[in-house]
Amino acid sequence: MTAAARLEDEVILKAEGVGKVFPGTVALQEVDFEVRRGAVNVLVGENGAGKSTLMKILAGAVEPSAGRLLLRGKPVRFQSVRDAARHGIGIIYQELNLCPNLSVAENLSLVDPPTRFGFDIDRSRQIENARALLARLEHPIDPNQLVDDLRIGQQQIVEIAKALAADMDVLIMDEPTSALSAAEVEILFRVVRDLKAHGVAIIYISHRLEEIMRIGDYITVLRDGRRQADALVKDVSVEWIIEKMVGPSGLAPQGQGKRSGRQVLAVRNLSLPRAAGGFFVDHVSLSVEAGEIVCLYGLLGAGRSELFECLMGLQLQALGEVAVRGRNLAGASIASRISQGLVLVPEDRQRDGLVQTLSVRANLTLASLRRFARFFSLNTAREDAEARAMIQRMTIKVSSPEIEVTALSGGNQQKVVIGKSLMTGPSVILLDEPTRGVDVGAKAEIFRVMRRLADEGLGIVFSTSDLKEALGYADRILVMSRGQITGEFSRAEATEAALIEASTAALANEERQAP
Amino acid sequence: MTSEVLPGTKANPAKRQKRPLALLLMSFRTFIALIVVFVFFSVTTPNFLDVPTLVIVAKHVAVNAILAIGMTFVILTAGIDLSVGSIVGVSGMIAGALLTRGIPVNIFDITIFPNVVETILITLAVGAGIGLVNGLLITRLNVAPFIATLGTLYIARGAALLISDGATFSNLVGDPRFDNTGFPFLGSGALAGIPVSIVALAIFAAVAAYVAARTPFGRHVYAVGGNERAAALSGVRVNLVKVCAYMISGFCAAFAGLVIASELVAAHPASGETFELNAIAAAVLGGTSLSGGRGTIAGTLVGAFVIGVLSDGLVMLGVSSFWQMVIKGLVIIAAVVLDQMQRRMYRRFALQAQLG
Repeated sequence: MTAAARLEDEVILKAEGVGKVFPGTVALQEVDFEVRRGAVNVLVGENGAGKSTLMKILAGAVEPSAGRLLLRGKPVRFQSVRDAARHGIGIIYQELNLCPNLSVAENLSLVDPPTRFGFDIDRSRQIENARALLARLEHPIDPNQLVDDLRIGQQQIVEIAKALAADMDVLIMDEPTSALSAAEVEILFRVVRDLKAHGVAIIYISHRLEEIMRIGDYITVLRDGRRQADALVKDVSVEWIIEKMVGPSGLAPQGQGKRSGRQVLAVRNLSLPRAAGGFFVDHVSLSVEAGEIVCLYGLLGAGRSELFECLMGLQLQALGEVAVRGRNLAGASIASRISQGLVLVPEDRQRDGLVQTLSVRANLTLASLRRFARFFSLNTAREDAEARAMIQRMTIKVSSPEIEVTALSGGNQQKVVIGKSLMTGPSVILLDEPTRGVDVGAKAEIFRVMRRLADEGLGIVFSTSDLKEALGYADRILVMSRGQITGEFSRAEATEAALIEASTAALANEERQAP
Repeated sequence: MTSEVLPGTKANPAKRQKRPLALLLMSFRTFIALIVVFVFFSVTTPNFLDVPTLVIVAKHVAVNAILAIGMTFVILTAGIDLSVGSIVGVSGMIAGALLTRGIPVNIFDITIFPNVVETILITLAVGAGIGLVNGLLITRLNVAPFIATLGTLYIARGAALLISDGATFSNLVGDPRFDNTGFPFLGSGALAGIPVSIVALAIFAAVAAYVAARTPFGRHVYAVGGNERAAALSGVRVNLVKVCAYMISGFCAAFAGLVIASELVAAHPASGETFELNAIAAAVLGGTSLSGGRGTIAGTLVGAFVIGVLSDGLVMLGVSSFWQMVIKGLVIIAAVVLDQMQRRMYRRFALQAQLG
């Protein structure tokens, strides 16, 4: 990069040597990050690289444990998101932060509603403001509509409008396009260019490298909580970004398993209807053999998690047939599905995977307690021994099984959740985004464990939105889009281009059909 | 008592030693508080250490502690049971009615008088049955625990008043002709010199502590309170666990109601009013977290003793009952504030241990 280019745009916000330690993990170490006015400052990195933490520090949601922030050259400390907003820094979170029980207009002026004589809320002005904002985003959503009644894509637009409403100097966008259709992405890009022209500094976080190449000006790559590289987007290529993100220690593809021909999971015509019409899971049929790793590839919202939930019996409205080792699971409870040999490692381990108040041992044995029971009583010595054995087998880094599970790092927590499923003696294990929020080293290890389990005769299904994981670790790849299986590839047949095409197939169809 | 020593977390001696003394003291704060109030009243109140006095205090504590033990199971599942005070009232009235009026069977124009053991079993079954209703309202009909048990609080109290039209059943000694004598034994009898209610408390506490710490059901209770979704996904039958917790609470409350009626040899429909709050206070004082998943039976027991010793001691000191209430309130708030402080200290310590 050239020195001249660096001087062109003024640095409005700067992070110097910023670090953050959480119980169990070091999320950020000595990171420098410069945010320039009138430019799109891209932040990329793998899951768990520290992007979210850095962004939360910049937005005032998290206080750094080391380093400092400089705003227009002056050191600042943000007490809260609200404090950061007062300094002109706004954020659009990936998870939607809207109140579903309020209308669009009310959401757009939630913090500071327009008032009459500083007293009661001026409803007509509130609606007018909302209409103006939505018009700027070329989205004629009715401001009186309840947010709950909007599609996810529309909610994302409202979220963006909310940030625009505040008139920020710095706007952080965390994966703003993850829930948007192609047409909505174009509108967003027009808004981003418009903001840029008005001198707003945009921090743009995305996994979609093609998008970054189109919209980005500056790029900073984070890896394992450290700044790996930064450059001008026009000087770099997608390959360069991937190389910097993954690094030499990145995931090496693994060998393939042998197919056993013994079917362990059979799914026929599985559907989950949507209340608003259509399907979350649209007549899915698939089968898995013992010893095989099947990848379910798809973008966010493709219906992968919903499919897993149907298989596990969490969705009571699900239709269709599920059989494990030939036994039909129709109407079976979660407990009986587990005893039939089907088990799920959920996507959100904090919400669905771990009991935070219990120890590593109690978490590991939770799904298989009956094995340790004599009549009413638990054989704690055996429980302890088996928990220790599982800690070794899964190479969980913990000094004692009695430590509370929340003290572990993300990767080790994930291994506890996987270990818990293994203790039930499953024949099929479903893993929903098993590497989310896990560092690179632990990722590789999780895939090694998966391969070993497959070699031991388990059928394994994992979902991912990461092409590299799909191409490098699965024996067979199923692509999902809008609730349907839109492609099936063996490892040899699969290419990045083919997977991407299949994963957007249903979207493209829909757009063609739209007027 | 400690809130981080869970059935799932035995203290690791190597780790323990490195902990700062302050954290150690904080972990045993309720126990220390018990010793402090005990020593304080021993010094300030002349007859406090006399055996008869201690027995009276322990008998008072027994009723509360039995209620609090049941309540602990419910709170561990992240629920609450406001109906226990009313169950105390209604179960005393049922026992009173059975002993004095029997069960009239109109078709044969006779009245069946169950003996004392049968009376006790019927009453306990009714208590557990009210718990079952609570549990079903909460799990099947999705009523919030606070509301469901608030509803049964009123219903059970109303039922207690309806049984006798508001009157008291007195002189519950039974009648040798009906073979139903012996009810007062529960409240004023003794086994090997120890009052029956204290023996009962010891049995309830031992069984409950064992169930909580050493059975799959106990572990499931902690898991449901700690993270209901994760428990469900692990195959725990969350609804069944919750229903059982409320049934245990109802059962304990019915037993407490029997003890009170037996001690007084009378059943009064207003008996047990606001007892639910004492039970919650004892559990919270003992380190049980209202958000579920944290707490121990031993902690609750210590909590119940702190409250019991404190209130009886203040009475003996001649402190006015108005001030007693103020002091009890302050103690409960202080306990929760300390609990939060301890948890923050523990977290900071864990972070330091990891950095250093």
